[in-house]
Amino acid sequence: MNTVVRNEKYWLMAAGYIGAIFLWYASVKWLPISSFNRLPDPLSVIREWLSPDPSYGISIFTSDYYVHIWYSTYRAFTAFFLAVLLGVPLGIFMGWNAKFREFSGALVGLLRPIPPLAWVPLAILLFPGVEPAVIFVTFLVAFFATTMNTLVGVRSIDEDYFRAARCLGASRTDILRDVIVPGALPHIFTGLQIAMGAAWFSLVAGEMIAAQYGLGYVIWEAYNLIQYPTIVIGMATLGIVGFLSSAAIRWVGQRLMQWREESLGLGG
Amino acid sequence: MEQVMKRDRGSNNSEGLAPRPEFGKLSIRNAGKTYDPQGSAVVAVHDCSIEIEAGDFVAIVGPSGCGKSTLMNVLAGFDNVTSGEVYLDDSLLASPRQAPSPGADRVVVFQNGALFPWKTVLENVTYGLLKTNAMSRASAEEKAKDFLSRCGGLDKVMRSYPAQLSSGMQRRVEIVRALVNEPRILLLDEPFRAMDTISKTTMHQHLLKMYSTCRRTIVFITHDLEEAIYLSDKVIVMTTRPGTVKLELTVPLPRPRTPEMTASVEYMDLKKEAIESVHEEAKKAFERGERELA
Repeated sequence: MNTVVRNEKYWLMAAGYIGAIFLWYASVKWLPISSFNRLPDPLSVIREWLSPDPSYGISIFTSDYYVHIWYSTYRAFTAFFLAVLLGVPLGIFMGWNAKFREFSGALVGLLRPIPPLAWVPLAILLFPGVEPAVIFVTFLVAFFATTMNTLVGVRSIDEDYFRAARCLGASRTDILRDVIVPGALPHIFTGLQIAMGAAWFSLVAGEMIAAQYGLGYVIWEAYNLIQYPTIVIGMATLGIVGFLSSAAIRWVGQRLMQWREESLGLGG
Repeated sequence: MEQVMKRDRGSNNSEGLAPRPEFGKLSIRNAGKTYDPQGSAVVAVHDCSIEIEAGDFVAIVGPSGCGKSTLMNVLAGFDNVTSGEVYLDDSLLASPRQAPSPGADRVVVFQNGALFPWKTVLENVTYGLLKTNAMSRASAEEKAKDFLSRCGGLDKVMRSYPAQLSSGMQRRVEIVRALVNEPRILLLDEPFRAMDTISKTTMHQHLLKMYSTCRRTIVFITHDLEEAIYLSDKVIVMTTRPGTVKLELTVPLPRPRTPEMTASVEYMDLKKEAIESVHEEAKKAFERGERELA
Protein backbone atom coordinates (compact mmCIF):
# COMPACT_ATOMS: atom_id res chain seq x y z
CA MET A 1 0.00 0.00 0.00
CA ASN A 2 2.68 2.41 1.09
CA THR A 3 5.00 1.63 -1.82
CA VAL A 4 2.11 1.99 -4.24
CA VAL A 5 1.36 5.43 -2.88
CA ARG A 6 5.03 6.35 -3.04
CA ASN A 7 5.40 5.11 -6.60
CA GLU A 8 2.36 7.07 -7.62
CA LYS A 9 3.89 10.14 -6.02
CA TYR A 10 7.07 9.80 -8.08
CA TRP A 11 5.09 9.22 -11.25
CA LEU A 12 3.09 12.34 -10.60
CA MET A 13 6.25 14.33 -9.94
CA ALA A 14 7.79 13.09 -13.17
CA ALA A 15 4.57 13.87 -15.02
CA GLY A 16 4.73 17.41 -13.66
CA TYR A 17 8.23 17.93 -15.01
CA ILE A 18 7.47 16.38 -18.37
CA GLY A 19 4.28 18.44 -18.69
CA ALA A 20 6.09 21.68 -17.91
CA ILE A 21 8.92 20.96 -20.34
CA PHE A 22 6.44 20.02 -23.03
CA LEU A 23 4.50 23.24 -22.46
CA TRP A 24 7.75 25.18 -22.74
CA TYR A 25 8.71 23.39 -25.93
CA ALA A 26 5.26 23.86 -27.42
CA SER A 27 5.03 27.55 -26.64
CA VAL A 28 8.48 28.30 -28.08
CA LYS A 29 8.11 26.15 -31.18
CA TRP A 30 4.45 26.27 -32.12
CA LEU A 31 2.87 29.35 -30.55
CA PRO A 32 2.39 32.02 -33.23
CA ILE A 33 3.84 34.78 -31.04
CA SER A 34 7.21 36.08 -32.16
CA SER A 35 8.41 37.12 -28.72
CA PHE A 36 7.96 33.52 -27.57
CA ASN A 37 9.62 32.09 -30.65
CA ARG A 38 12.91 33.85 -30.06
CA LEU A 39 13.36 32.14 -26.69
CA PRO A 40 15.46 28.96 -26.51
CA ASP A 41 13.62 25.63 -26.44
CA PRO A 42 14.39 23.06 -23.73
CA LEU A 43 16.59 20.97 -25.98
CA SER A 44 18.94 23.80 -26.92
CA VAL A 45 19.20 24.85 -23.27
CA ILE A 46 20.10 21.33 -22.19
CA ARG A 47 22.52 20.98 -25.08
CA GLU A 48 24.25 24.21 -24.06
CA TRP A 49 24.19 23.30 -20.38
CA LEU A 50 25.83 19.93 -20.96
CA SER A 51 28.17 21.02 -23.70
CA PRO A 52 31.94 20.66 -23.14
CA ASP A 53 32.32 23.61 -25.51
CA PRO A 54 29.37 25.96 -24.88
CA SER A 55 28.56 28.66 -27.42
CA TYR A 56 28.10 31.31 -24.71
CA GLY A 57 30.80 30.32 -22.28
CA ILE A 58 28.78 28.72 -19.50
CA SER A 59 28.08 25.01 -19.03
CA ILE A 60 28.70 22.35 -16.43
CA PHE A 61 32.15 21.83 -17.97
CA THR A 62 33.37 25.37 -17.54
CA SER A 63 34.99 26.58 -14.34
CA ASP A 64 33.21 29.95 -14.69
CA TYR A 65 29.90 28.22 -14.02
CA TYR A 66 31.11 27.04 -10.63
CA VAL A 67 32.71 30.38 -9.79
CA HIS A 68 29.32 32.00 -10.27
CA ILE A 69 27.56 29.34 -8.20
CA TRP A 70 30.22 29.68 -5.52
CA TYR A 71 29.83 33.48 -5.35
CA SER A 72 26.07 33.33 -5.06
CA THR A 73 26.10 30.53 -2.53
CA TYR A 74 28.76 32.24 -0.49
CA ARG A 75 26.80 35.49 -0.42
CA ALA A 76 23.48 33.82 0.35
CA PHE A 77 24.92 31.74 3.16
CA THR A 78 26.97 34.57 4.66
CA ALA A 79 23.86 36.74 4.71
CA PHE A 80 21.77 33.87 6.00
CA PHE A 81 24.12 32.97 8.83
CA LEU A 82 24.51 36.60 9.84
CA ALA A 83 20.73 36.86 9.89
CA VAL A 84 20.43 33.76 12.07
CA LEU A 85 23.22 34.86 14.37
CA LEU A 86 21.61 38.26 14.97
CA GLY A 87 17.94 37.53 14.29
CA VAL A 88 17.39 34.52 16.52
CA PRO A 89 18.84 36.08 19.70
CA LEU A 90 17.08 39.36 18.94
CA GLY A 91 13.75 37.57 18.40
CA ILE A 92 14.19 35.59 21.59
CA PHE A 93 15.06 38.68 23.54
CA MET A 94 12.07 40.54 22.10
CA GLY A 95 9.83 37.65 23.09
CA TRP A 96 11.34 37.41 26.54
CA ASN A 97 11.35 41.05 27.55
CA ALA A 98 8.14 43.02 27.10
CA LYS A 99 9.83 46.41 27.49
CA PHE A 100 12.38 45.64 24.83
CA ARG A 101 9.66 44.31 22.55
CA GLU A 102 7.77 47.58 22.74
CA PHE A 103 10.98 49.53 22.28
CA SER A 104 12.07 47.70 19.16
CA GLY A 105 8.76 46.43 17.79
CA ALA A 106 7.63 49.70 16.23
CA LEU A 107 10.98 50.23 14.54
CA VAL A 108 11.06 46.74 13.09
CA GLY A 109 7.46 47.13 11.99
CA LEU A 110 8.42 50.18 9.96
CA LEU A 111 11.68 48.91 8.47
CA ARG A 112 10.45 45.47 7.54
CA PRO A 113 8.09 46.45 4.71
CA ILE A 114 10.84 48.35 2.84
CA PRO A 115 11.63 46.13 -0.16
CA PRO A 116 15.24 44.93 -0.25
CA LEU A 117 15.91 46.55 -3.62
CA ALA A 118 15.14 49.95 -2.16
CA TRP A 119 18.17 49.47 0.08
CA VAL A 120 20.60 48.93 -2.79
CA PRO A 121 21.65 52.54 -3.40
CA LEU A 122 22.04 53.21 0.29
CA ALA A 123 23.98 49.97 0.74
CA ILE A 124 26.37 50.88 -2.06
CA LEU A 125 26.93 54.31 -0.53
CA LEU A 126 27.39 52.86 2.94
CA PHE A 127 29.75 50.01 2.23
CA PRO A 128 33.15 50.02 0.63
CA GLY A 129 32.70 47.98 -2.51
CA VAL A 130 29.98 45.93 -4.07
CA GLU A 131 30.46 42.68 -2.18
CA PRO A 132 29.39 43.84 1.31
CA ALA A 133 26.58 45.91 -0.22
CA VAL A 134 25.06 42.88 -1.95
CA ILE A 135 25.45 40.79 1.18
CA PHE A 136 23.88 43.53 3.29
CA VAL A 137 20.80 43.72 1.10
CA THR A 138 20.50 39.95 1.17
CA PHE A 139 21.00 39.89 4.89
CA LEU A 140 18.26 42.42 5.59
CA VAL A 141 15.31 40.36 4.38
CA ALA A 142 16.64 37.17 5.93
CA PHE A 143 17.17 39.01 9.18
CA PHE A 144 13.62 40.33 9.39
CA ALA A 145 12.13 36.94 8.55
CA THR A 146 14.25 35.23 11.20
CA THR A 147 13.59 37.83 13.90
CA MET A 148 9.85 38.00 13.39
CA ASN A 149 9.36 34.24 13.31
CA THR A 150 11.53 33.74 16.38
CA LEU A 151 9.50 36.37 18.20
CA VAL A 152 6.24 34.69 17.20
CA GLY A 153 7.74 31.38 18.30
CA VAL A 154 8.59 32.63 21.78
CA ARG A 155 5.23 34.35 22.17
CA SER A 156 3.34 31.21 21.18
CA ILE A 157 4.82 29.05 23.94
CA ASP A 158 2.09 28.03 26.38
CA GLU A 159 2.36 29.89 29.69
CA ASP A 160 1.99 26.59 31.55
CA TYR A 161 5.42 25.42 30.37
CA PHE A 162 6.99 28.45 32.03
CA ARG A 163 5.00 27.80 35.19
CA ALA A 164 5.82 24.11 35.21
CA ALA A 165 9.52 24.88 34.86
CA ARG A 166 9.38 27.39 37.69
CA CYS A 167 7.54 24.89 39.89
CA LEU A 168 10.28 22.38 39.26
CA GLY A 169 12.93 24.83 40.38
CA ALA A 170 14.20 26.23 37.09
CA SER A 171 16.05 29.53 37.13
CA ARG A 172 15.61 32.23 34.49
CA THR A 173 18.50 30.91 32.45
CA ASP A 174 17.18 27.35 32.80
CA ILE A 175 13.87 28.57 31.41
CA LEU A 176 15.63 30.23 28.51
CA ARG A 177 17.49 27.04 27.66
CA ASP A 178 14.86 24.44 28.51
CA VAL A 179 11.61 26.17 27.60
CA ILE A 180 12.08 29.20 25.36
CA VAL A 181 14.63 27.87 22.89
CA PRO A 182 13.12 24.40 22.35
CA GLY A 183 9.59 25.80 22.49
CA ALA A 184 10.31 28.40 19.83
CA LEU A 185 12.34 26.07 17.63
CA PRO A 186 9.51 25.00 15.29
CA HIS A 187 8.75 28.64 14.50
CA ILE A 188 12.43 29.50 14.27
CA PHE A 189 12.91 26.87 11.60
CA THR A 190 9.88 28.06 9.69
CA GLY A 191 11.54 31.47 9.83
CA LEU A 192 14.83 30.06 8.58
CA GLN A 193 13.11 28.45 5.59
CA ILE A 194 11.47 31.76 4.73
CA ALA A 195 14.74 33.59 5.37
CA MET A 196 16.64 31.30 3.00
CA GLY A 197 14.07 31.81 0.26
CA ALA A 198 14.08 35.55 0.82
CA ALA A 199 17.88 35.61 0.85
CA TRP A 200 18.11 34.04 -2.61
CA PHE A 201 15.36 36.31 -3.85
CA SER A 202 17.06 39.54 -2.89
CA LEU A 203 20.53 38.21 -3.63
CA VAL A 204 19.70 37.73 -7.29
CA ALA A 205 18.14 41.15 -7.47
CA GLY A 206 21.23 42.64 -5.84
CA GLU A 207 23.59 40.76 -8.15
CA MET A 208 21.72 41.93 -11.22
CA ILE A 209 22.31 45.51 -10.23
CA ALA A 210 25.67 45.55 -8.55
CA ALA A 211 27.91 42.56 -9.00
CA GLN A 212 30.53 41.07 -11.26
CA TYR A 213 29.95 37.46 -10.34
CA GLY A 214 27.06 35.32 -9.29
CA LEU A 215 24.02 33.68 -10.85
CA GLY A 216 22.00 36.90 -10.83
CA TYR A 217 24.83 38.57 -12.69
CA VAL A 218 24.95 35.65 -15.17
CA ILE A 219 21.26 35.99 -15.93
CA TRP A 220 21.38 39.74 -16.41
CA GLU A 221 24.58 39.64 -18.40
CA ALA A 222 23.23 36.91 -20.69
CA TYR A 223 20.14 39.03 -21.28
CA ASN A 224 22.23 42.03 -22.25
CA LEU A 225 24.42 39.96 -24.56
CA ILE A 226 21.45 38.14 -26.08
CA GLN A 227 22.73 34.75 -24.88
CA TYR A 228 19.28 33.38 -24.20
CA PRO A 229 20.09 29.76 -23.29
CA THR A 230 22.44 31.01 -20.58
CA ILE A 231 19.56 32.94 -18.97
CA VAL A 232 17.67 29.72 -18.55
CA ILE A 233 20.76 27.87 -17.31
CA GLY A 234 21.19 30.53 -14.63
CA MET A 235 17.55 30.31 -13.64
CA ALA A 236 17.50 26.52 -13.45
CA THR A 237 20.71 26.52 -11.42
CA LEU A 238 19.13 28.96 -8.97
CA GLY A 239 16.17 26.64 -8.65
CA ILE A 240 18.43 23.70 -7.83
CA VAL A 241 20.68 25.59 -5.40
CA GLY A 242 17.72 27.20 -3.67
CA PHE A 243 15.98 23.86 -3.31
CA LEU A 244 19.10 22.25 -1.87
CA SER A 245 19.61 24.99 0.70
CA SER A 246 16.00 24.70 1.87
CA ALA A 247 16.36 20.94 2.08
CA ALA A 248 19.49 21.37 4.21
CA ILE A 249 17.60 23.57 6.67
CA ARG A 250 14.72 21.10 6.81
CA TRP A 251 17.19 18.31 7.51
CA VAL A 252 18.85 20.18 10.37
CA GLY A 253 15.44 21.10 11.78
CA GLN A 254 14.31 17.48 11.76
CA ARG A 255 17.50 16.45 13.55
CA LEU A 256 16.92 19.06 16.24
CA MET A 257 13.22 18.41 16.67
CA GLN A 258 12.84 14.68 16.79
CA TRP A 259 10.21 15.05 19.47
CA ARG A 260 8.05 16.80 16.95
CA GLU A 261 8.75 14.45 14.13
CA GLU A 262 7.72 11.49 16.23
CA SER A 263 4.69 13.19 17.64
CA LEU A 264 3.47 13.89 14.14
CA GLY A 265 3.98 10.27 13.26
CA LEU A 266 6.48 11.14 10.52
CA GLY A 267 9.47 9.48 12.10
CA GLY A 268 10.56 5.90 11.75
CA MET B 1 -20.55 11.38 62.24
CA GLU B 2 -17.84 12.16 64.74
CA GLN B 3 -17.36 8.45 65.28
CA VAL B 4 -17.00 7.81 61.59
CA MET B 5 -14.57 10.64 61.25
CA LYS B 6 -12.39 9.20 63.97
CA ARG B 7 -12.41 5.89 62.20
CA ASP B 8 -11.26 7.66 59.09
CA ARG B 9 -8.46 9.42 60.88
CA GLY B 10 -7.42 6.08 62.24
CA SER B 11 -7.41 4.61 58.79
CA ASN B 12 -4.08 6.18 58.01
CA ASN B 13 -2.51 2.85 58.58
CA SER B 14 -5.19 0.98 56.71
CA GLU B 15 -4.06 -1.40 54.05
CA GLY B 16 -1.60 0.08 51.56
CA LEU B 17 -1.81 3.66 52.71
CA ALA B 18 1.60 5.11 53.48
CA PRO B 19 2.02 6.86 56.85
CA ARG B 20 1.31 10.57 57.11
CA PRO B 21 4.26 12.59 55.79
CA GLU B 22 6.11 14.81 58.20
CA PHE B 23 5.60 17.96 56.16
CA GLY B 24 2.77 19.40 54.16
CA LYS B 25 0.48 21.03 56.71
CA LEU B 26 -1.27 23.89 55.01
CA SER B 27 -3.06 26.73 56.73
CA ILE B 28 -4.93 29.36 54.76
CA ARG B 29 -6.04 32.11 57.13
CA ASN B 30 -8.58 34.73 56.08
CA ALA B 31 -6.99 34.90 52.66
CA GLY B 32 -8.39 37.36 50.17
CA LYS B 33 -7.54 38.43 46.66
CA THR B 34 -8.78 41.56 44.97
CA TYR B 35 -7.92 42.24 41.36
CA ASP B 36 -7.80 45.86 40.39
CA PRO B 37 -6.80 46.08 36.76
CA GLN B 38 -8.91 49.04 35.61
CA GLY B 39 -9.72 50.75 38.86
CA SER B 40 -12.83 48.66 39.43
CA ALA B 41 -11.95 46.22 42.17
CA VAL B 42 -12.95 42.62 41.55
CA VAL B 43 -12.94 40.48 44.67
CA ALA B 44 -11.94 37.00 43.52
CA VAL B 45 -11.44 35.46 46.95
CA HIS B 46 -12.78 36.84 50.22
CA ASP B 47 -11.91 35.82 53.78
CA CYS B 48 -11.12 32.26 52.93
CA SER B 49 -9.82 29.94 55.67
CA ILE B 50 -8.82 26.33 55.10
CA GLU B 51 -6.80 23.99 57.30
CA ILE B 52 -5.20 20.95 55.72
CA GLU B 53 -3.28 18.32 57.68
CA ALA B 54 -0.07 16.92 56.27
CA GLY B 55 -0.83 14.00 53.99
CA ASP B 56 -4.53 14.79 53.51
CA PHE B 57 -6.26 14.60 50.17
CA VAL B 58 -8.45 17.67 49.90
CA ALA B 59 -10.70 18.56 47.01
CA ILE B 60 -11.82 22.12 46.34
CA VAL B 61 -15.07 22.30 44.42
CA GLY B 62 -17.08 25.22 43.17
CA PRO B 63 -18.68 26.81 40.14
CA SER B 64 -16.49 28.61 37.64
CA GLY B 65 -15.39 31.98 38.95
CA CYS B 66 -15.33 30.85 42.57
CA GLY B 67 -11.65 31.64 42.95
CA LYS B 68 -10.40 28.05 42.81
CA SER B 69 -7.73 28.95 40.32
CA THR B 70 -6.79 32.08 42.22
CA LEU B 71 -6.27 29.99 45.32
CA MET B 72 -4.24 27.50 43.32
CA ASN B 73 -2.06 30.27 41.92
CA VAL B 74 -1.37 31.60 45.39
CA LEU B 75 -0.43 28.16 46.72
CA ALA B 76 1.80 27.50 43.70
CA GLY B 77 3.46 30.87 44.07
CA PHE B 78 2.31 32.42 40.80
CA ASP B 79 0.20 35.08 42.49
CA ASN B 80 -0.14 36.77 45.86
CA VAL B 81 -2.96 37.39 48.30
CA THR B 82 -4.13 40.93 49.03
CA SER B 83 -5.25 40.08 52.57
CA GLY B 84 -4.72 37.28 55.07
CA GLU B 85 -1.89 34.75 55.24
CA VAL B 86 -0.99 31.32 54.02
CA TYR B 87 1.28 29.12 56.11
CA LEU B 88 3.00 25.97 55.00
CA ASP B 89 4.27 23.92 57.95
CA ASP B 90 4.13 26.98 60.17
CA SER B 91 6.32 29.10 57.94
CA LEU B 92 4.74 32.00 56.14
CA LEU B 93 4.19 31.23 52.47
CA ALA B 94 2.16 34.22 51.35
CA SER B 95 0.86 37.46 52.79
CA PRO B 96 0.19 40.87 51.25
CA ARG B 97 3.74 41.82 52.26
CA GLN B 98 5.36 38.58 51.19
CA ALA B 99 4.84 37.46 47.62
CA PRO B 100 5.24 33.71 47.27
CA SER B 101 7.49 32.26 44.62
CA PRO B 102 7.14 28.87 42.97
CA GLY B 103 9.22 26.00 44.24
CA ALA B 104 9.58 22.27 44.02
CA ASP B 105 7.93 21.83 47.43
CA ARG B 106 4.58 22.76 45.81
CA VAL B 107 4.35 21.23 42.38
CA VAL B 108 1.39 21.82 40.08
CA VAL B 109 -0.15 19.40 37.61
CA PHE B 110 -1.83 21.60 35.04
CA GLN B 111 -5.29 21.44 33.57
CA ASN B 112 -4.13 21.13 29.98
CA GLY B 113 -0.96 19.21 30.69
CA ALA B 114 2.47 20.77 30.72
CA LEU B 115 4.92 17.97 30.12
CA PHE B 116 7.72 19.43 28.03
CA PRO B 117 7.02 17.95 24.60
CA TRP B 118 10.69 18.32 23.62
CA LYS B 119 11.91 16.18 26.50
CA THR B 120 11.49 12.44 26.90
CA VAL B 121 9.48 11.01 29.76
CA LEU B 122 12.66 10.36 31.73
CA GLU B 123 14.03 13.85 31.05
CA ASN B 124 10.73 15.33 32.17
CA VAL B 125 10.62 13.34 35.38
CA THR B 126 14.24 14.03 36.33
CA TYR B 127 13.95 17.73 35.50
CA GLY B 128 12.94 18.90 38.95
CA LEU B 129 15.45 16.65 40.69
CA LEU B 130 18.29 18.02 38.60
CA LYS B 131 17.23 21.66 38.96
CA THR B 132 16.65 21.73 42.70
CA ASN B 133 18.65 19.05 44.40
CA ALA B 134 22.34 18.53 44.17
CA MET B 135 21.46 15.12 42.83
CA SER B 136 23.69 13.49 40.24
CA ARG B 137 22.11 12.59 36.92
CA ALA B 138 22.58 8.91 37.61
CA SER B 139 20.81 8.93 40.96
CA ALA B 140 18.07 11.22 39.62
CA GLU B 141 17.43 8.77 36.79
CA GLU B 142 17.47 5.90 39.26
CA LYS B 143 14.86 7.62 41.40
CA ALA B 144 12.75 8.60 38.39
CA LYS B 145 12.77 5.02 37.08
CA ASP B 146 11.74 3.76 40.50
CA PHE B 147 8.79 6.16 40.70
CA LEU B 148 7.78 5.48 37.10
CA SER B 149 7.79 1.74 37.59
CA ARG B 150 5.82 2.00 40.83
CA CYS B 151 3.16 4.04 39.05
CA GLY B 152 1.79 1.39 36.76
CA GLY B 153 4.89 0.41 34.82
CA LEU B 154 5.52 3.79 33.23
CA ASP B 155 9.25 3.03 33.11
CA LYS B 156 8.51 1.11 29.91
CA VAL B 157 7.87 4.38 28.09
CA MET B 158 10.62 6.47 29.68
CA ARG B 159 12.48 6.95 26.39
CA SER B 160 9.35 8.13 24.58
CA TYR B 161 8.34 11.68 23.93
CA PRO B 162 5.06 12.80 25.53
CA ALA B 163 3.22 13.05 22.22
CA GLN B 164 3.79 9.35 21.66
CA LEU B 165 1.78 8.49 24.78
CA SER B 166 -1.97 8.41 25.31
CA SER B 167 -3.41 11.40 27.14
CA GLY B 168 -4.01 9.26 30.23
CA MET B 169 -0.38 8.18 30.29
CA GLN B 170 0.75 11.78 29.82
CA ARG B 171 -1.32 12.74 32.85
CA ARG B 172 0.20 9.98 34.94
CA VAL B 173 3.73 10.92 33.86
CA GLU B 174 3.01 14.51 34.80
CA ILE B 175 1.84 13.43 38.24
CA VAL B 176 4.99 11.34 38.63
CA ARG B 177 7.08 14.33 37.52
CA ALA B 178 5.57 16.20 40.46
CA LEU B 179 5.67 13.36 43.01
CA VAL B 180 9.28 12.43 42.36
CA ASN B 181 10.33 15.71 43.95
CA GLU B 182 8.54 14.63 47.14
CA PRO B 183 6.74 17.97 47.36
CA ARG B 184 5.06 19.09 50.54
CA ILE B 185 1.92 19.74 48.54
CA LEU B 186 0.81 18.36 45.23
CA LEU B 187 -1.50 20.78 43.46
CA LEU B 188 -3.79 19.20 40.90
CA ASP B 189 -5.66 21.78 38.80
CA GLU B 190 -8.62 19.95 37.26
CA PRO B 191 -6.25 17.37 35.82
CA PHE B 192 -8.91 15.07 34.36
CA ARG B 193 -11.18 17.77 33.05
CA ALA B 194 -10.91 16.91 29.37
CA MET B 195 -11.32 13.16 29.85
CA ASP B 196 -14.26 10.87 29.15
CA THR B 197 -15.88 9.06 32.05
CA ILE B 198 -14.14 5.73 31.50
CA SER B 199 -10.64 7.20 31.26
CA LYS B 200 -11.43 9.33 34.24
CA THR B 201 -12.35 6.29 36.35
CA THR B 202 -9.10 4.60 35.35
CA MET B 203 -7.17 7.74 36.18
CA HIS B 204 -8.85 7.90 39.58
CA GLN B 205 -7.58 4.41 40.40
CA HIS B 206 -4.08 5.36 39.27
CA LEU B 207 -4.12 8.55 41.31
CA LEU B 208 -5.41 6.76 44.42
CA LYS B 209 -2.67 4.17 44.08
CA MET B 210 -0.03 6.86 43.69
CA TYR B 211 -1.45 8.63 46.71
CA SER B 212 -1.41 5.51 48.84
CA THR B 213 2.19 4.64 47.97
CA CYS B 214 3.73 8.12 47.78
CA ARG B 215 1.48 9.91 50.21
CA ARG B 216 1.60 13.70 50.03
CA THR B 217 -0.76 16.53 50.86
CA ILE B 218 -2.93 16.84 47.78
CA VAL B 219 -5.01 19.85 46.87
CA PHE B 220 -7.27 18.77 44.06
CA ILE B 221 -9.22 21.45 42.22
CA THR B 222 -12.26 20.25 40.33
CA HIS B 223 -15.83 21.10 39.47
CA ASP B 224 -16.82 17.43 39.47
CA LEU B 225 -18.42 16.68 42.84
CA GLU B 226 -18.45 12.93 42.49
CA GLU B 227 -14.76 12.78 41.75
CA ALA B 228 -14.10 15.10 44.67
CA ILE B 229 -15.97 12.90 47.14
CA TYR B 230 -14.60 9.68 45.75
CA LEU B 231 -10.96 10.73 45.94
CA SER B 232 -10.59 12.95 48.95
CA ASP B 233 -10.63 13.05 52.73
CA LYS B 234 -12.22 16.44 52.77
CA VAL B 235 -14.32 18.29 50.20
CA ILE B 236 -14.37 22.07 50.36
CA VAL B 237 -17.21 23.72 48.53
CA MET B 238 -16.56 27.31 47.56
CA THR B 239 -19.07 30.04 46.93
CA THR B 240 -19.33 31.96 43.73
CA ARG B 241 -17.42 35.25 43.48
CA PRO B 242 -16.24 36.51 45.89
CA GLY B 243 -15.00 33.02 46.60
CA THR B 244 -15.03 31.80 50.16
CA VAL B 245 -15.59 28.49 51.92
CA LYS B 246 -19.25 27.59 51.93
CA LEU B 247 -19.10 24.05 53.19
CA GLU B 248 -16.48 21.65 54.47
CA LEU B 249 -17.40 17.99 54.14
CA THR B 250 -15.35 15.27 55.77
CA VAL B 251 -15.47 12.10 53.73
CA PRO B 252 -15.56 9.10 56.06
CA LEU B 253 -15.20 6.47 53.34
CA PRO B 254 -12.34 4.12 54.21
CA ARG B 255 -9.27 3.65 52.04
CA PRO B 256 -8.46 1.99 49.75
CA ARG B 257 -11.36 3.47 47.85
CA THR B 258 -13.08 1.24 45.34
CA PRO B 259 -15.53 2.17 42.59
CA GLU B 260 -18.25 0.17 44.38
CA MET B 261 -18.18 2.70 47.19
CA THR B 262 -19.83 5.20 44.90
CA ALA B 263 -23.01 3.16 45.40
CA SER B 264 -22.82 3.18 49.21
CA VAL B 265 -25.29 5.04 51.38
CA GLU B 266 -22.54 7.11 52.95
CA TYR B 267 -21.37 8.28 49.55
CA MET B 268 -24.89 9.08 48.43
CA ASP B 269 -25.60 11.14 51.54
CA LEU B 270 -22.44 13.14 51.09
CA LYS B 271 -23.19 13.68 47.46
CA LYS B 272 -26.68 14.91 48.26
CA GLU B 273 -25.41 17.37 50.81
CA ALA B 274 -22.71 18.65 48.49
CA ILE B 275 -24.96 18.86 45.47
CA GLU B 276 -27.44 21.08 47.28
CA SER B 277 -24.64 23.35 48.37
CA VAL B 278 -22.98 23.58 44.98
CA HIS B 279 -26.27 23.92 43.17
CA GLU B 280 -27.17 26.99 45.16
CA GLU B 281 -23.89 28.61 44.22
CA ALA B 282 -24.10 27.58 40.59
CA LYS B 283 -27.55 29.13 40.42
CA LYS B 284 -26.27 32.35 41.92
CA ALA B 285 -23.38 32.45 39.50
CA PHE B 286 -25.66 31.74 36.59
CA GLU B 287 -28.16 34.40 37.56
CA ARG B 288 -25.41 36.93 38.02
CA GLY B 289 -24.05 36.00 34.59
CA GLU B 290 -27.50 36.59 33.14
CA ARG B 291 -27.69 39.95 34.86
CA GLU B 292 -24.26 40.96 33.67
CA LEU B 293 -25.13 40.05 30.12
CA ALA B 294 -28.47 41.86 30.24
